[in-house]
Amino acid sequence: MHSVSSQPQNLAGPSRRYLRRLGLRMSPGRISALLAAGLLTLGFLPFIKLGLVVNGLILGSVIALGAIGLTLVYGILKLGNFAHGDYMALGAYVAFFIVDGVLPRVGIEGAGLGPFTFGFPVLIALPLAAVVVALGAIALDWLIYRRLRDRAASTAILMMASLGVAIAIRGLVQLIWSGETQHYPRESRQVYHLPMDVRIPPDGLFVAVLAVILVAGVYALLTYTKIGKAMRATSDNPTLALVSGINTGRVVWWTWGIGGALAAVAGVLLAVVQAQLLPIMGWKFLIPLFAAVILGGIGNPYGALIGALIVGVSMELSTQWINPSYKPAVAFAIMIGVLLARPRGIFGDAL
Amino acid sequence: MDIGGVIDYLIGFAIMAMIYAVFALGLNVHWGFTGLFNIGIAGFFALGAYTAALLTSPPPDPDQFEDFIFGGNLANHGLLDLGVDAWFLLGLAAAALVCGLVALIIGTITLRLNDDYLSIATLGIAESVRFFFLNEKWAANGSKGLYRIPKFLGDVVAPESYDYLYVVVVLVVMLILFAAVQRAVRSPWGRVLRAIREDEVATAASGKNVFHFKLQAFVLGSMVMGIGGALFAHHVRFLSPLTFDPLLATFVIWAMLMVGGSGNNLGAILGAFVVWGVWAGTQFLPGVLSDPSFRLLMIGVLIVTIMLLRPGGLLGEWRRIVERRPASVAGRDPAGPD
Repeated sequence: MHSVSSQPQNLAGPSRRYLRRLGLRMSPGRISALLAAGLLTLGFLPFIKLGLVVNGLILGSVIALGAIGLTLVYGILKLGNFAHGDYMALGAYVAFFIVDGVLPRVGIEGAGLGPFTFGFPVLIALPLAAVVVALGAIALDWLIYRRLRDRAASTAILMMASLGVAIAIRGLVQLIWSGETQHYPRESRQVYHLPMDVRIPPDGLFVAVLAVILVAGVYALLTYTKIGKAMRATSDNPTLALVSGINTGRVVWWTWGIGGALAAVAGVLLAVVQAQLLPIMGWKFLIPLFAAVILGGIGNPYGALIGALIVGVSMELSTQWINPSYKPAVAFAIMIGVLLARPRGIFGDAL
Repeated sequence: MDIGGVIDYLIGFAIMAMIYAVFALGLNVHWGFTGLFNIGIAGFFALGAYTAALLTSPPPDPDQFEDFIFGGNLANHGLLDLGVDAWFLLGLAAAALVCGLVALIIGTITLRLNDDYLSIATLGIAESVRFFFLNEKWAANGSKGLYRIPKFLGDVVAPESYDYLYVVVVLVVMLILFAAVQRAVRSPWGRVLRAIREDEVATAASGKNVFHFKLQAFVLGSMVMGIGGALFAHHVRFLSPLTFDPLLATFVIWAMLMVGGSGNNLGAILGAFVVWGVWAGTQFLPGVLSDPSFRLLMIGVLIVTIMLLRPGGLLGEWRRIVERRPASVAGRDPAGPD
């Protein structure tokens, strides 16, 4: 997100320029951080189960979709949105409502589409849930955050309000769908067996491919469209963006729209991967989300993507040595490590 | 219900409300006076409660507890053979100490950075503490929980009227903490905290080490919370990791401080009684009104509404400065860390 205001670097070769466009500018600090991470990975390679890496990439894809929205909101609106996990949960439940309550009435039912455990209804519900949550996020901004911004409230007040929103959404989800475990209609499916004891569930493949498509979409939007450029400019310097004629109001709406939509998709995919929905699933996902955002540098969507993959893989790999229920604690440990060693994150500029 | 039952209920209610008031006081040191955003109260709640419980509980019976091996037993033999009652007091101190230590570590890492990082880190602490006690069965019996937590002065009164004694104990502890916090925030030290809350840069510019003051405030508030956790452990006398869910151990306390008015210690205590009263009272209401999910929704709406309308809380801070200042300044929104 920082490429807009940065001075052109004289040494930028083609590959460097490309990286810069992604906001992944290389500096000695960044290179050494990446090298350290790489060496650490290489050192562990002989002890690593490749299957866990695959699981980690799948989990990382889900984290990435949530984290990109979170980091955009964080960078552009200066709001660490504690409700982001609950936007995910809301998305998953809206999709559940469509799959379970609406589509069967018009005769669309089923599970086990092709190699996947879920059916066609989930594919229909996915974009609808994204639209609902995107509109919901925009509406909440109009109702709450807009007023707070107009009053120039501190970030702490904004975050506190987002905490209230998070609690309210979870209460609403529990009230409507109860606190019990739910799941999309599913049929069990064979997993793909690859050499070296790698097993890929088809659902995981779906999750990863969809994540790649959506991330590419976000990249295209931020790089080539007018609104995307305006978003990057606002993230860099809101005041400058405003005086140079950028309609920051529209930027805010688009930011929430994209963040909300991606969160909803992430929520549905999380429900597919975990094979269940729980009202608290989003709140529990906050720590990996924030870990990915901080690791990648706040406000940098591509950093968040890489951070998410690192966090996801680390969480899964940790199960080789420690109790799987410590997975979120692993994400927390990564976050603390980053705060100690490099609080800006790997690709972050300003603090 | 006869009158005795009503009084028993009210006593039980008062104990819980005062325990929550202790947490609201601790949170007031964090948020109300210094502007530190702690959303992991549950972590300090659990740490304080487990510390006190483990130090005072009898040893686990090997026939009944296969995995649970730790179990304190310091009260009856060990280094300090003082009996349960003295260990109750030591437990309170130890709970404060453990929470203070954790706060020191987390604060040292995050308080030098942007304000947001502290809140995210406290959230992580709360979850990690829960995972620890859930998974490490040897430490506190995992999800089956810790029971047989002893009473303080349990042999002085009959078991059925024990609450009448404990309500006094909690009241005394709460009043001591109230006086201590009140004194601290009225001192020059407390004035620096409020200065940091209002304008960090200006405070740093006038030569105060903002980081140190924030760290001290964070540790102090967390220690108060630890004592609250210890009081809770000896009241319910059963702890499981599920007790410390974010709703009842974090969000409710935030609602209490918001209602009472951040930056106002008396308000924090009042808020604890009001919110706990509404919380406990609504369970007698019919239909959806008594649904815990509905109450969760209402707490969220309450927090958002207060942030929108009166970020300093309903009661707000009492400012003596107001009278001395020109009307144009004093007339500003009496907000908290806005």
